[in-house]
Amino acid sequence: MSNTSPRTLAEKVWDEHVVRAVPGEPDLLYIDLHLIHEVTSPQAFEGLRLSGRTVRRPDLTIATEDHNVPTLDWDKPIQDPVSRTQVETLRTNAAEFGVRLHPLGDLDQGIVHVVGPQLGLTQPGMTIVCGDSHTSTHGAFGAIAFGIGTSEVEHVLATQTLPQAKPKTMAVTINGSLPDGVTAKDLVLTLIAHTGTGGGQGYIVEYRGQAIEELSMEGRMTVCNMSIEWGAKAGLIAPDQKTFDYIEGRPEAPKGADWDAAVAYWKTLVTDDDAVYDEEIVFDAATMTPFVTWGTNPGQGVPLGASVPSPDDFDDAQDRVAAEKALQYMGLEARTPMRDIKVDTVFVGSCTNGRIEDLRAAAAIVKGRHVDQDTRLLVVPGSVRVRLQAEDEGLDVIFKEAGAEWRGAGCSMCLGMNPDTLEPGERSASTSNRNFEGRQGKGGRTHLVSVPVAAATAIRGTLSSPADLDPVSTGSQEA
Amino acid sequence: MEPFTAHTGVGVPLRRSNVDTDQIIPAVYLKRVSRTGFEDGLFSAWRNDPDFVLNRPEYAAGTVLVAGPDFGTGSSREHAVWALMDYGFRVVISPRFGDIFRGNSGKAGLLAARVDEKVVQRLWDFLEDNPGGVITVDLESRTVRAGDGLDAIEDSFDIDDYTRWRLLEGLDDIGITLGHEDDIATFEATRPSFKPTTIRA
Repeated sequence: MSNTSPRTLAEKVWDEHVVRAVPGEPDLLYIDLHLIHEVTSPQAFEGLRLSGRTVRRPDLTIATEDHNVPTLDWDKPIQDPVSRTQVETLRTNAAEFGVRLHPLGDLDQGIVHVVGPQLGLTQPGMTIVCGDSHTSTHGAFGAIAFGIGTSEVEHVLATQTLPQAKPKTMAVTINGSLPDGVTAKDLVLTLIAHTGTGGGQGYIVEYRGQAIEELSMEGRMTVCNMSIEWGAKAGLIAPDQKTFDYIEGRPEAPKGADWDAAVAYWKTLVTDDDAVYDEEIVFDAATMTPFVTWGTNPGQGVPLGASVPSPDDFDDAQDRVAAEKALQYMGLEARTPMRDIKVDTVFVGSCTNGRIEDLRAAAAIVKGRHVDQDTRLLVVPGSVRVRLQAEDEGLDVIFKEAGAEWRGAGCSMCLGMNPDTLEPGERSASTSNRNFEGRQGKGGRTHLVSVPVAAATAIRGTLSSPADLDPVSTGSQEA
Repeated sequence: MEPFTAHTGVGVPLRRSNVDTDQIIPAVYLKRVSRTGFEDGLFSAWRNDPDFVLNRPEYAAGTVLVAGPDFGTGSSREHAVWALMDYGFRVVISPRFGDIFRGNSGKAGLLAARVDEKVVQRLWDFLEDNPGGVITVDLESRTVRAGDGLDAIEDSFDIDDYTRWRLLEGLDDIGITLGHEDDIATFEATRPSFKPTTIRA
């Protein structure tokens, strides 16, 4: 394709990274940044060792510990011996192959998708991969970012490239503004309920339109993070002044003349006016409301104000069977108002909603209130820096006074690889990204929710939005 | 990787859609650092149910899994592919696969064959009427076959040309790419200086 014909943002970034293109073969794509964590890398490093290969570009590779790490007693040895071995294996591999590592206890440790942007390593126009499907998060900066398997991790370590068939492009345009109290999470859950878990398959999706432009960088990360939940290869958003402001001054951001050159390039990273997407879907933000899931995949969601659907509501036979199985697993009766569902545990955290803005939003709602006596609220910052920032702002005190548990940084209850898990039959409202069977612990039942819904649910003990809460009566220090 | 040309083996009907990789192998089994031995984690929650298809003796020797749409969605864990292969599966047939799962399958040598939803329905019916019945999957001709006579099932499946070629030849991706080392070095020389590095010179 000629570089002068109109192109979409995704095509521009893609074309910029093609090392080799031959008809009938996938493009060989250069990778600007490879993020590593302890779970999907050990077999890749072992593969290098067995074949006598090295890491081609340790200077484009960075590792941290997130999936397995405890969020209590993080200064002590990890108790679970299998988790400890995996974390120690990462440390050995990083040392042997010269990879920069931010281990437990380090100031820059945290969920890999929180750490990259926070360090300023995530920048527009890059290609970013990680052995984790939520790598799509980094697309919020106008990068092509996607999750890969362990064989591909080994491939990138050895070659700094990946053979990749060029995906099709899709625009998801969200016109208008989100109503007050409706967040990026509600937006993306609404979208997934509309498309199903396979609707984005084969596409790099560009989120655009007024509602997307109005989101903060954190909100944009939440939207891009969940691209994989509707099957998309990647999701991205054109960089703008908000993006540049977010990056400027971060430890690994370009400086001086490099900054000017970078910004000049980043400003070209927009879809040309005449460019054509292979597919386009359009939503009206004004119609969106707080949105929650009732089932066992992220597409099984409804507005908070609605009721649990009945299998009979679905025309497709497969959807009907899936709904029956989901209701049985979730222990729910069709037609129950979502607001009547009692929740045992509320989890605020994860690469979807574990950034400082999320913790501020949760704290603003629980401030001066108390968590319901039959409910526990677990607040897990996405990174050590997020935890320290929150503590500087006194958010930890607000959470603790409200009866919440304030924890250390990591993936935690999003997938329960560390001790933070649900018991069989326990029900959660979770700001994370997946409500799959057993995801948060064997037999656990997950409702995906936004941060404001999570916080309000913790106070009332049933799925709720902040609008359902009684006003804080006394003791509020804010006007 | 062993070359894959054709395979004939016992088919296992998994009448479910949206089988995500958390169902194929829960996260708790991902803590290991080894590359083999993940068969105990395969569908571990469902295997507690005595009626689950893999617990039925007719399907004990199963090597071809036939699943509903959106098989392998969710997490990038290649452990899902390893668990299926360690258990003995060589082929998964589904109308639609999660992208990362499909990619991982091609790398590890598991054939992910995409067929029309009607073909899955017919294969399910065939396998339930003939427990222990075999399915032949021919990668050369991209066909799937089962049963005989008037009710015989024969249809084509989709797989991208490049993955098919690599599976047929049993090729190692990294070896192929390292053959283009000069192209990579030439590309690297053109990268702008403002691109970030993780280790400062």
